[in-house]
Amino acid sequence: MGIQSHVSDDGKELVISIQGRFDFSAHQDFRNSYETLDSQPTRYKVDMNETTYLDSSALGMLLLLRDHAGGNSAEIEIVNCSPDVKKILTISNFEQLFTIE
Amino acid sequence: MSQQAKPLKILIADDTETDRRILEAIVRREGHEVISVCDGQEAVTAYEREQPDIVLLDALMPRLDGFGAARQIKELAGEELVPIIFLTSLSDTESLVRCLEAGGDDFLSKPYNRVILQAKIKAFNRMREMHQEVQIQRDQIASHNDHLMQEQTVAKQVFDNIAHTGCLDASNVKYLLSPLAVFNGDVIVAAIRPSGSMMVLLGDFTGHGLPAAIGAMPLASSFYGMVQKGFSMVDILREVNQKLKQILPIGVFCCASIVDMNFSKGKIRIWNGGLPDCYLHRSGTGEVEPIRSTHLPLGVLDDSSFKDDCLHFEMEVGDRLYMWSDGIIETRNPKGEMYGEERLQQVFAGNKVPGQVFDDIVNSVHEFAGGERDDDLSLIELTMAEPGQIDGGPRDYSPQRHSGMMEWSMDLELQPSTFRLFDPLPLLLNILVEVPGLRTHSGSLYTILAELYSNALEHGVLGLSSELKHTPEGFAEYYQQRQQRLDTLEEGTVAFSMDHRVLGDGGELILKVTDSGTGFDHQNNIDNPHKRVGYSGRGIPLIRTLCHSLRYIGTGNQVEVVFRWDGDD
Repeated sequence: MGIQSHVSDDGKELVISIQGRFDFSAHQDFRNSYETLDSQPTRYKVDMNETTYLDSSALGMLLLLRDHAGGNSAEIEIVNCSPDVKKILTISNFEQLFTIE
Repeated sequence: MSQQAKPLKILIADDTETDRRILEAIVRREGHEVISVCDGQEAVTAYEREQPDIVLLDALMPRLDGFGAARQIKELAGEELVPIIFLTSLSDTESLVRCLEAGGDDFLSKPYNRVILQAKIKAFNRMREMHQEVQIQRDQIASHNDHLMQEQTVAKQVFDNIAHTGCLDASNVKYLLSPLAVFNGDVIVAAIRPSGSMMVLLGDFTGHGLPAAIGAMPLASSFYGMVQKGFSMVDILREVNQKLKQILPIGVFCCASIVDMNFSKGKIRIWNGGLPDCYLHRSGTGEVEPIRSTHLPLGVLDDSSFKDDCLHFEMEVGDRLYMWSDGIIETRNPKGEMYGEERLQQVFAGNKVPGQVFDDIVNSVHEFAGGERDDDLSLIELTMAEPGQIDGGPRDYSPQRHSGMMEWSMDLELQPSTFRLFDPLPLLLNILVEVPGLRTHSGSLYTILAELYSNALEHGVLGLSSELKHTPEGFAEYYQQRQQRLDTLEEGTVAFSMDHRVLGDGGELILKVTDSGTGFDHQNNIDNPHKRVGYSGRGIPLIRTLCHSLRYIGTGNQVEVVFRWDGDD
């Protein structure tokens, strides 16, 4: 399990990559990845390329990020989802709240 | 140079003593061993006894002349090259020709020129050595070939033993496959699933010979093992792909089509990775629908990138599906032209009796190839039949049907020391996927187990409230408290109870999770969708979409999920 994040050179985009299982044990690292920044980015990208599993508490964490990033005006992309991960996001209708690729 | 060369054994036959002595002297001086005789008869006897490397024969001798002796020596030598040089005072063309016709390799006119004689001995020795080398190599090649044929026979027996359990003799199947096709890299496997549908795979490995054949073994054994146990087509595809990816070197892979023919529903499901278009021939209208390859061949991608999506087609009874390797299209006529797809389409276009298409194709290709049988043709025709009509293959699948876990139940209760250290989910999932039909659903089952377990543990045993999760700070607080309470927990249990039954073609899993907590007002909470606030409350709606039903029992500390699966999945 690991969370890695980096800000683009122009400081406008934050990419958060999640490795392994995305569940409650990741919540502290996940929050730190966007709460400890000096300046707030305008766009967010959550990279699920190496995410093997996602539970309902991870759904809650994605909503936390969304509210932090400005709620309805937030620009958050969730990318590189495996079929299993995508299925869970779709069932919960998260494509209405996030751009899911 | 001659000093370094291995001394030769040279037979000299000459009835003139002085000539003989001179010759002996010249030859000995070169370091060779000399056997000396006085006539042709003696020469033949000496040859048999001494097996000399080179023979020098006087043409005219008493008892048996040089010509006669040369013939006999050449006959005795058989495949060995024994250079014979005639020694002659004759100089007319006719006599010299006779020398060569009698089997002589060259002649040397008397009186002898020492330098020329030495040069000729050397030259013929080189030729003799070269001949020996060629013979040794020829024998090696022959023996390697024998070995190879022997190995292929054994390998083919092994393959046939693995592949013999199939249902290629079923009444709705026609196929063409050369007896040694496995060494062309072609393989056809077919078996009836427990649900009564027929699964067929046509594969074409890259390359020829043993490297092409080697992948056919694990392919066939996985295929037959899994089809009989009722695994789904997607599971089988994935397993075969992963196995081939793991064992085959880069560059060796298997173009394949796999089809699952469901007779009771009149449908097929097909996956084509790298083979030429399969044809679906409608018996009613004579129309042909090509089914294109939409995937990479088996053994190229690792499991995570592998695509298993299949195409679905309805088929009337009598409709036929054709699958082939590229051998047909690439068959060449004596002029070197390829048979090509257009000629194949013409066969279908010109056909009046659907039952003859198969023979029409085979005849057309053979005729095109100029009557020569091509071993590289692999072709299979599958006809949609009424359910229950298919008579091929072993019929008795009932023992296999239950070869995985089918009807069973189990209970597992976890206690505080276990909660802290042990994640029970992988264990439970491993048990569930022992039911072949549940394997396809492992992703959903894991989500169901994980959500039910965290609810039971966090709300039931640890008494945490979702209310906390209404704010971002509360969300963090919730998981802090979770850890604290877990560390100091002294009592409490979560019990799983699982029960699996056969249901029609598939089965039903009833999963109950009971916690030691006091429960909650489920009627006004969970069952009310407007209750969802903040960052929680998404687990139960998620489960509801994944299973057949979910209900809370009693005070709400017990939840029951019913999960159903269909043998057709």
